[in-house]
Amino acid sequence: MKHILTAATAVIALTIGIGSANAADKLKACWMYVGPHNDGGYSEGHNTGRLMVEKELGDKVETSYVESIAEGPDAERALERLARSGCQIIFSTSFGFMDPTIKVAAKFPDVKFEHATGFKSAPNVGTYNARFYEGRYIAGQIAAKQSKSGVAGYIVSFPIPEVVMGINSFMLGAQSINPDFKIKVVWVNSWFDPAKEADAAKALFDQGADIITQHTDSPAPLQIAQERGLHGFGQAHDMYKFAPKAQYTAIVDTWGPYYVKRVNAVLDGTWKAEQIWDGLKDGIMEMADYTNLPDDVVASAKKTQAEIEAGTLHPFKGPIFKQDGTEAIGEGKVLDDGTLLSMNWYVKGIDDQLPK
Amino acid sequence: MTALMLEGILLTIITAATPLLFASIGELVTERSGVLNLGVEGMMAMGAVIGFAVAHTTGNVALGVVGAILAGMAMAALFGVVTLIFVANQVASGLALTLFGLGLSGLIGDAFVGVPGAGLARVSIPVLSDLPVIGLLFRLDPLTYLAIAITIGVSWFLFRMRGGLILRAVGDSHTSAHALGYSVIRVRFMAVLFGGACSGLAGAYLSLVYTPQWTQAMTAGRGWIALALVVFGTWLPRRVLVGALLFGGVSILQLHAQALGVGVPSQFLSALPYLTTIVVLVIISRNRALVRANTPAALGQSFVPDR
Amino acid sequence: MRVELVRRGERSAAMAYLSPLLALLLTLIGGALIVIVWRVVAMDTSAPDSGGLFGAIQQGFADYGRFLYVFFIEPLTAMWSIEDLIAKATPIILVAIGLSFCFLSNTWNIGAEGQIAVGAITGSFLPIFFPEWQGPFILPAMLILGMLGGMAYASIPALLKIRFGTNEILTSLMLVYVAQLFLDWLARGPWRNPEGHNFPDSRPFDGDQLLPTLFGTNIRISVLFVFVAAFAAWFLMRWTKTGFQIRVLGQAPRAGAFAGFSQKRMVLLTFLISGALAGLAGASEIAGPVGQLRTTVSPGYGFTAIIVAFLGRLNPIGAIFAGFLLALSYLGGEGAQIALGMSDQTTRVFQGMLLFFVLACDSFIFYRLQIVRRPVVPQTQAVAS
Repeated sequence: MKHILTAATAVIALTIGIGSANAADKLKACWMYVGPHNDGGYSEGHNTGRLMVEKELGDKVETSYVESIAEGPDAERALERLARSGCQIIFSTSFGFMDPTIKVAAKFPDVKFEHATGFKSAPNVGTYNARFYEGRYIAGQIAAKQSKSGVAGYIVSFPIPEVVMGINSFMLGAQSINPDFKIKVVWVNSWFDPAKEADAAKALFDQGADIITQHTDSPAPLQIAQERGLHGFGQAHDMYKFAPKAQYTAIVDTWGPYYVKRVNAVLDGTWKAEQIWDGLKDGIMEMADYTNLPDDVVASAKKTQAEIEAGTLHPFKGPIFKQDGTEAIGEGKVLDDGTLLSMNWYVKGIDDQLPK
Repeated sequence: MTALMLEGILLTIITAATPLLFASIGELVTERSGVLNLGVEGMMAMGAVIGFAVAHTTGNVALGVVGAILAGMAMAALFGVVTLIFVANQVASGLALTLFGLGLSGLIGDAFVGVPGAGLARVSIPVLSDLPVIGLLFRLDPLTYLAIAITIGVSWFLFRMRGGLILRAVGDSHTSAHALGYSVIRVRFMAVLFGGACSGLAGAYLSLVYTPQWTQAMTAGRGWIALALVVFGTWLPRRVLVGALLFGGVSILQLHAQALGVGVPSQFLSALPYLTTIVVLVIISRNRALVRANTPAALGQSFVPDR
Repeated sequence: MRVELVRRGERSAAMAYLSPLLALLLTLIGGALIVIVWRVVAMDTSAPDSGGLFGAIQQGFADYGRFLYVFFIEPLTAMWSIEDLIAKATPIILVAIGLSFCFLSNTWNIGAEGQIAVGAITGSFLPIFFPEWQGPFILPAMLILGMLGGMAYASIPALLKIRFGTNEILTSLMLVYVAQLFLDWLARGPWRNPEGHNFPDSRPFDGDQLLPTLFGTNIRISVLFVFVAAFAAWFLMRWTKTGFQIRVLGQAPRAGAFAGFSQKRMVLLTFLISGALAGLAGASEIAGPVGQLRTTVSPGYGFTAIIVAFLGRLNPIGAIFAGFLLALSYLGGEGAQIALGMSDQTTRVFQGMLLFFVLACDSFIFYRLQIVRRPVVPQTQAVAS
């Protein structure tokens, strides 16, 4: 019975032209996204990276992706489907895919997996992430220099360490210019809901903020800033075209060069599981052009950026105090990566209460 | 709290209420004719994507709005054929319409993601807009004026015109209306189309005014809120208007509460608009006399003329 | 001359079986139209080898053939894929069986998605607060707590409907958002895994806290709940007085009232049944494929189950077939993304069309098409004043 089924399948497959014949000598690289491939935000950033792999490596690779995969059992199943469809390296691009990635990777030891923003690894599972907080520090400094009211609005999605780290870094950057700088935080409980993000931006502006920044993916808050003649920062993408008069700069995800590097490593057989946390200097992220800013502010932002890239400035260099006044790290020392990646406290000066 | 800030908040609330008002006024007319169309979310999504696509391709926002209206009507027509001609279950068909509309809008909108849209400028009515306090009511965008006009128009039509009387008669007892010689199916079909047009407008408002861009599922559940508002307003346009403002108010004020740092988990604040809706629905439905006077008695029932 | 629906003398048994197949066929045709129109719209006429309109249509057909294979057949060609299919179909069918009761009696529980979330929460209570607890009782206790949670949550719209006449469609739907936000708060806040680097999941459940698998496959025993529930539901509907009452009240509420059947009791009963099964589905997910409490537990099973209930013509056995078909469409949708690069929205469009056609085709069970040569409706004379 099984043979008949297999034979029938083969016949059908042949007649309608599905086969893996053409794929035999190509490396198949696959991606799994948590949102639509063209969400204009996080997932699109990864998809842009995938397209770069296609462009740079041309005939040597074939790429596929699955999109809008819910974190949980669906992720596990979709990963398994990718592994079985012949993918040799799979990038699972959302932190919620962590456990499914580890589980499926154990079943397919010959397939290489790379998981973005997580902390679990295995012999065939590497992790990669970008030090987005470096960009947020620069944004914080710009905000403190440009704000007249001394208050910035911060629109956020969910209280996970990545987001908390970003808020802290922004605040530390701002405090390095203006120690009395304030931020107002609004949680919208979504990575992507343009209308709600727009409402949040309006609420923050109405309450006296004159600069907006966000850890959500839509350009709606910048559009509101433009409407009101105020300013803000783009997230994940260069959002200049949505708000040419409002964007100061944007922290742009540029996963492409990293993906090309890793897929190349598979091609020449040098791939091994690594835990990579790259920053501005490695090109995994970049600052969009500084616009709508006076020259001196641009110059100082570029100087900060250069110092971060050179390693002479670290946003989380002590002394840093927590919200309740206790010391998080002493003079001259730098918070270690483990603490950063599980951060669940605010630095001193933030009035918001972190949801517990 | 300064006057300027208060004005800003009020403007934001009005903007948040407008798409809800469009969709719920349309649904109100549909339900008054005795048809329950749960597909508002799907029709809105189609209105949003077609409105954006047309406005972006032609460079003309007004054409985009027309496109959105037609898209909403096309979806409504599909629903009308299935439920009125093929007498399918209205609840299930409405759910199918939502699913279909969300999916199709995603497919159509593929090319328009990440493209900045044009947007509609506010229109200030001279003299009136300079008035203190109420001046802000005369500095709105054209579609908000349209929403208010439609609300007044529907109210007038339903209770002051013969057509409205027929519509309500069909919704209250299709057998009697049929016996009187009215074409129940035709009246209902027109009401369904009107609902679709309004939902399309609601979608266009989202993708052309609220946040001038298209993204998948950008309606984010607003179609369902609009449905609740119809019951909330006991099928009366003026109450629906109040409901839309109230709902818009709660969802905006929770953001202000957060920005002020109230220390309540944001999930609870996000749940507030839904809980408010439930509470108000309960309060309204407790008042049996009020509900009975206005509920279309034949709501959700299919009609097949016996002959 | 026009075509009209005319009521049949009696229910057509043949159409009762044919209509789902007819609907499937129409869906396939509708899908073909969409794909071909797509090809034509996207056609690049300037390209020398485009083959013009005809070429585009031909290309559309070829695409569609490949799509149908990947969508409907490929997922059934390997055992691992069939295991996936069962895992995906299990919660959907469980919920759909419960919803069939509601819809049969003309009550509208649209909030199963929220009841799944609450079932997952109450089902997680024991392993989160007593992580060391192992043994034969922990799993049944989790499942029962899940069912109770789902029932309690489903009773809210039911009681509001009974006591105040509040529209249950809207309240049950609003409660979905409330439950999801509450779950989100729990998973990110108080129930977060203390050793999880502040990531928003509960501690992973282990050992006896998880549903065992069958015969060395990935299939969990929760699939047996489906068959037990379907049989029990079928028995209840077919052979008990309660089942009779549900059907009578659904089809002819006035007749039911004359016969002394209590509409209110039925509303509560059907909501409790569907809530219990949704809660069981939620608890089975956290004790099964998910293995912990997460910020979201169900990717829309509660809404998919509504389609499944109707596709299965509100019959528990039918729900099993319909559930597998819908689960297949999810797997096929993922396959179509991987193999053909088609958008995941295709799945939704297909599901929407299928439901539309099923509902429309159901009309043929009670009605038939007739060609009418002249308008039968009398010309309007009477004026309502």
